[in-house]
Amino acid sequence: MATVETTLAAPAHIAEHEHHEPDNFWRKYIFSEDHKTIAKQYLISGILWAIIGISMSVIFRLQLGFPNMELGFLKPILRGWITDTNKLDPNFYLALITMHGTIMVFFVLTAGLSGTFSNFLIPLQIGARDMASGFLNMLSYWFFFVASVIMFFSLFLETGPAAGGWVIYPPLSALPQAHMGSELGMTLWLSSMALFIVSQLLGGINYITTVINLRTRGMSFSKLPLTIWAFLLTAILGLISFPVLLSASLLLIFDRSFGTSFYLSEIYINGEALPNVGGSPILFQHLFWFLGHPEVYIVMLPALGITSEIIATNARKPIFGYRAMIASMMGIAFLAFIVWAHHMFVTGMNPFLGSIFMFLTLIIAVPSAVKSFNYITTLWRGNIRFTPAMLFSIGLVSFFISGGVTGLILGNSALDIQLHDTYFVVAHFHLVMGASSAFGLLAGVYHWFPKMFGRLMNEKLGYVHFWLTFIGIYSVFFPMHYTGIAGFPRRYYAFTSYDFTKNIFADLNSFITIAAIVTFSAQFLFLFNFAYSLFRGKRSPQNPWKSNTLEWTAPVSPKHGNWPGEIPAVYRWPYDYSKPGAKDDFIPQNVPYSQTPESNLPHENELIGLEREIEAQNLNDQFNQPH
Amino acid sequence: MKEELESVDYTIEEPEETLSMNPKKFIMWLFIVSIIMLFAAMTSAYLVRRAEGNWLEYTIPAVFSYSTGVLIFSSLTMQTALWAAKKDRFGLMRLAISITFVSGIAFLYMQFQGWVQLVDQKVFFVGNPAGSFMYVFTGLHAFHLISGLIVLLYALKAAFQLTIHAKSLDQMEIATTYWHFLDVLWLYLFAFLIYFH
Repeated sequence: MATVETTLAAPAHIAEHEHHEPDNFWRKYIFSEDHKTIAKQYLISGILWAIIGISMSVIFRLQLGFPNMELGFLKPILRGWITDTNKLDPNFYLALITMHGTIMVFFVLTAGLSGTFSNFLIPLQIGARDMASGFLNMLSYWFFFVASVIMFFSLFLETGPAAGGWVIYPPLSALPQAHMGSELGMTLWLSSMALFIVSQLLGGINYITTVINLRTRGMSFSKLPLTIWAFLLTAILGLISFPVLLSASLLLIFDRSFGTSFYLSEIYINGEALPNVGGSPILFQHLFWFLGHPEVYIVMLPALGITSEIIATNARKPIFGYRAMIASMMGIAFLAFIVWAHHMFVTGMNPFLGSIFMFLTLIIAVPSAVKSFNYITTLWRGNIRFTPAMLFSIGLVSFFISGGVTGLILGNSALDIQLHDTYFVVAHFHLVMGASSAFGLLAGVYHWFPKMFGRLMNEKLGYVHFWLTFIGIYSVFFPMHYTGIAGFPRRYYAFTSYDFTKNIFADLNSFITIAAIVTFSAQFLFLFNFAYSLFRGKRSPQNPWKSNTLEWTAPVSPKHGNWPGEIPAVYRWPYDYSKPGAKDDFIPQNVPYSQTPESNLPHENELIGLEREIEAQNLNDQFNQPH
Repeated sequence: MKEELESVDYTIEEPEETLSMNPKKFIMWLFIVSIIMLFAAMTSAYLVRRAEGNWLEYTIPAVFSYSTGVLIFSSLTMQTALWAAKKDRFGLMRLAISITFVSGIAFLYMQFQGWVQLVDQKVFFVGNPAGSFMYVFTGLHAFHLISGLIVLLYALKAAFQLTIHAKSLDQMEIATTYWHFLDVLWLYLFAFLIYFH
């Protein structure tokens, strides 16, 4: 049928039809426009960045946990950044924490997570041949690639990479003479991030367009898998907030390179006044956190979407509160834009304004709690299959709760003023957003690996990986709550010179460091598993997890266009697991109600009449449409 | 018979679906959203900074009003081009797109003259943020206008290759939307600069 239509359509539109798979190596694997290849490119780049980003944290943890340690053995890698006394250069310590934050937040958990799974799953789960614009999608990856190259290059500068913290507050970041890291390193940071923002915008625009316009027949919004809802809302958040960061960076670039005074005002360096007058450093914080806070949800929502899908599939139960899940994600996405100033309680903000932002911030607990309870109630009395992906998803829920609870404490301006910039904050956001979304990423890789590469990952190694990582992450971040309450400030090179930190918690800090090393080492199990399974893993059946969503109706390794022949139509929501009366414990979305009379509910029998209508609907099939 | 009718449905140009719109147009609209956010951030930054005082007062050079007129005129010619394309009047379409393009260049030149006059008034890019913002707004808008000119060039090329006609209007409509948006964006910025001056 499809071929008949294509040939009919062809004479009028020969020029723009390209259905065949590109056969040239470069077009197929490197400059590919196929969403699956681009997703894998993002995944591999994300993994490489994660190795770099996490090893940085291990290095600065060594410094914090064992301040007297001889670090000479790092000389082959860090060269001049290890001083003659075999210590870590304090300037480089600042560069390490800055780059760790930048890399993990943007390059791993934004590009690596959204880039991989939005690209891979959106077309496959909504029943589309590819993204709305394969070209923009390819462009998005290559902008990210160039941004990555620039950021990576900045690591090797003589003056070091950017070192003002990942939030790059001016004036520190605006004045090259302020710190070594504010010289070329900061310039490259800004250039890299500008390209990164372009990449995210191109990607996000594509995701939104694809989800809204290219759904298959019958795939109404109320039948979308929660993963797609999460990716859609993430892309909308990015579309609205990333341009603001671009504005902020642009003004910062003008301040740095052209001498304007947007953020700079009346500054003396070495007793000499700078010419800048009339700028406002707080302005930067407003602009930065207008992106910065939604960014937290850009990192978090895709992980929550992935978790919804994996938990429902492996608990063999419909997701609890499908509509509540969507509503709470929308709520979180909306609130994300009106809480940014809770990062700025100590900037001398009007306390009344602070209390408004505090109120709005605390409201986020409501949708977050709805989501947590829905995950738990989905698990409740399910026939749980503990696959590695499932374990990581449950781990995510655990981190999301224990990290979220401290959010309530930090959201209170009165408490936050005490805890601001201490390890309490570090513990909070690493649990609720860092570890959670990393677990979402890992869960997603374990779950969709068979779809990506046609092979299964080793489960036993997955279990070992999970337990080491899960226990390891709690061991790293739980103690930080205590050091934070004790007043240990974050970003400090050492705690040896202050009376209040000198003699306490040294053992706890060593413990954290050891736990961090163990957790980091455990990730190599994953890397080995990934690489081994890529070539030698067990071949995957078409639907290894007995899942309902459309991607499992495509061939094991889908070719360009995803489905040979026609795209499946959708008749039901994606969570018909363990439906009473049904033959199997799952009914894929493309099975019409007319084929399942034994399990239909009364109102679903009425829908059978509509099925012919769904079949007759025009396809949003890119291969069938005149351009 | 019925099936035959359906398959014909897929192949001819049909009216817009209710469920979805042309993805390329949708992409253009989302792109516009991101530009709106970029300038929303800029103008908010302007307001926040202005509220803090120490703000330089200066008169906006008159040439910016003239350039605004030119830009509005170019929007009208662009609309004419779209209208001509719908009627398959190719000569008029090419002429109208060309006039729009030339007006765009004229607008950019006048903006540049505005900068020259600002410098004459001793309002510099480096100095009080009131002046800096003026340069940033006009400069960023000019940057986007150049991208609009590139879109126009493609439309002009398509107009000469006859790939734009009454039955293939997507490219023309996208170019028109973007051009009108750039026009409205400037009107917003200009009104904003006058009002919060």
